[in-house]
Amino acid sequence: MRNGISLAGAGRLVAATAALVTAGSASADELSAGDTAWMMTSTALVLLMTLPGLALFYGGLVRSKNVLSILMQCLISAGLVGVLWVVVGYSLSFGDGNAFVGGLDKLLLGHATPESLSGTIPEYVFVMFQGMFAIITPALMIGAFAERMRFAPYFAFIAIWVLVVYCPLAHMVWGGGMIGGDGWGALDFAGGLVVHMSSGFSAIAAALFLGPRKGHLKQPMPPHSLPLVVIGASLLWVGWFGFNAGSQLAADGTAGLAFLTTSTATSTAVLTWVIVEWLHQGKPTVLGAATAAVAGLVSITPACAFVTPGGSILVGLGGAVICYVFVMIVKPAAGYDDSLDVFGVHGIGGAWGALATGLFIAPFALPEGTSHGAQILIQLKSIGFTAVFAPVATLVILFALRAVFGSLRPTGENESVGLDQSEHNESAYIEAA
Amino acid sequence: MKKIEAIIKPFKLDEVREALSEAGVSGLTVTESKGFGRQKGHTEHYRGAEYQVDFLPKIRVEVVVRDDQADAIVAKIAEAANTQKIGDGKIFVMDVADAVRIRTGERGEAAL
Repeated sequence: MRNGISLAGAGRLVAATAALVTAGSASADELSAGDTAWMMTSTALVLLMTLPGLALFYGGLVRSKNVLSILMQCLISAGLVGVLWVVVGYSLSFGDGNAFVGGLDKLLLGHATPESLSGTIPEYVFVMFQGMFAIITPALMIGAFAERMRFAPYFAFIAIWVLVVYCPLAHMVWGGGMIGGDGWGALDFAGGLVVHMSSGFSAIAAALFLGPRKGHLKQPMPPHSLPLVVIGASLLWVGWFGFNAGSQLAADGTAGLAFLTTSTATSTAVLTWVIVEWLHQGKPTVLGAATAAVAGLVSITPACAFVTPGGSILVGLGGAVICYVFVMIVKPAAGYDDSLDVFGVHGIGGAWGALATGLFIAPFALPEGTSHGAQILIQLKSIGFTAVFAPVATLVILFALRAVFGSLRPTGENESVGLDQSEHNESAYIEAA
Repeated sequence: MKKIEAIIKPFKLDEVREALSEAGVSGLTVTESKGFGRQKGHTEHYRGAEYQVDFLPKIRVEVVVRDDQADAIVAKIAEAANTQKIGDGKIFVMDVADAVRIRTGERGEAAL
């Protein structure tokens, strides 16, 4: 059981191959209908996070002339990465490889049949569950370079980024590589490192590489639809139950713990942010509350099955305060244009969550033979690695793309007109005739 | 003929329209517009970014009347649109050289 808890995602795969029997559920080499039903449900919930959750969350935050470009960038992530994942991404993440990246033994899932199991669920279901993570992660970055990246370079960027940044990190943490249970022993239950830090730290690199939007800090760029933002954030909250509790890959007690901590930390973050903003700014804002929900969800992601319910309150509280400081104080002071706060919420929240996993780890979750202090150092090491690897690899990709495409940005005129018209020949809101 | 152009608060439109009907005005044009005067705007906050919203929503009412009606109608509008607060708007009166009813070709006051 301890083994099953301490290893996230594919860690359970490893446990399965070691033929460990999970208490109270089917033996590891036997299909469990309950686990399978929950994992199919979870997979659909994770897709809901991208479409329409994230699409509406980001879409509402931009100006009305760019909302379609955001929806399209999210949609095409599901299209492009959804195919890439089955063809090669899954193999690079969960294939037999080295410490850094998986091999090519699972190209096009040629190795699998309907009888293939991953733990107690069909491997096909495991592939799709992980595929939904691969779809949302590059889409999270959209917020950093929103309103100013042409569609063609974006298309190429996320295709390469998933293969060069996401798959290797997923392999290193969950696929038997050097960071996770088979390596340093870092704990990342549902993707604080793999999903949120990787996208958040890549996003800030991309935002700095592309430069600020025309008129940044000179003209107002308020969100064009806060109702869309709230609908999007709410759908993210709902979908995150599948993201976090689904990462146990079974419908068991640990999944139940992750289910509870996910929402408790998020509630705490909303409560904390609203109170802090009220005291600091004079009024509690709707946008603040919606941002807080996402910050809480991000923070608890790596920790959700490793902390107690009480611990999850501390994770959510810390996440809200730290993300608030980055979004409301550090970004305006520094002046960089991380347009929709991908770095401030996902990068910083993900790093906090990965650290908090060590700080607030419950005794039952601490891997055998590791002290509390040692686990914190391991978490810090994994945070440091991700904070360097993701943005450096992202910059290499972006420099290469600029050599191919020329500028990745639209012309000044097209940026003023908006990407909806200049890139897609469409308008979101058409006045009645 | 005079053209009377009134910039008013949006929620006062119904009262102004009724007052104009009572005064015998048979047609008018309304446009949604934005602007500011002494009322100035207000500030909004989005994730720490403070925006000054200068332009407030207003309604522009345009009506063309006979010279002898103009004073009474201006008074009616001023009465109906008044809330005693800044931001109530302004009324402008200007001369109109001619008017044409497109359907019949009538000109001048007959076209009103």
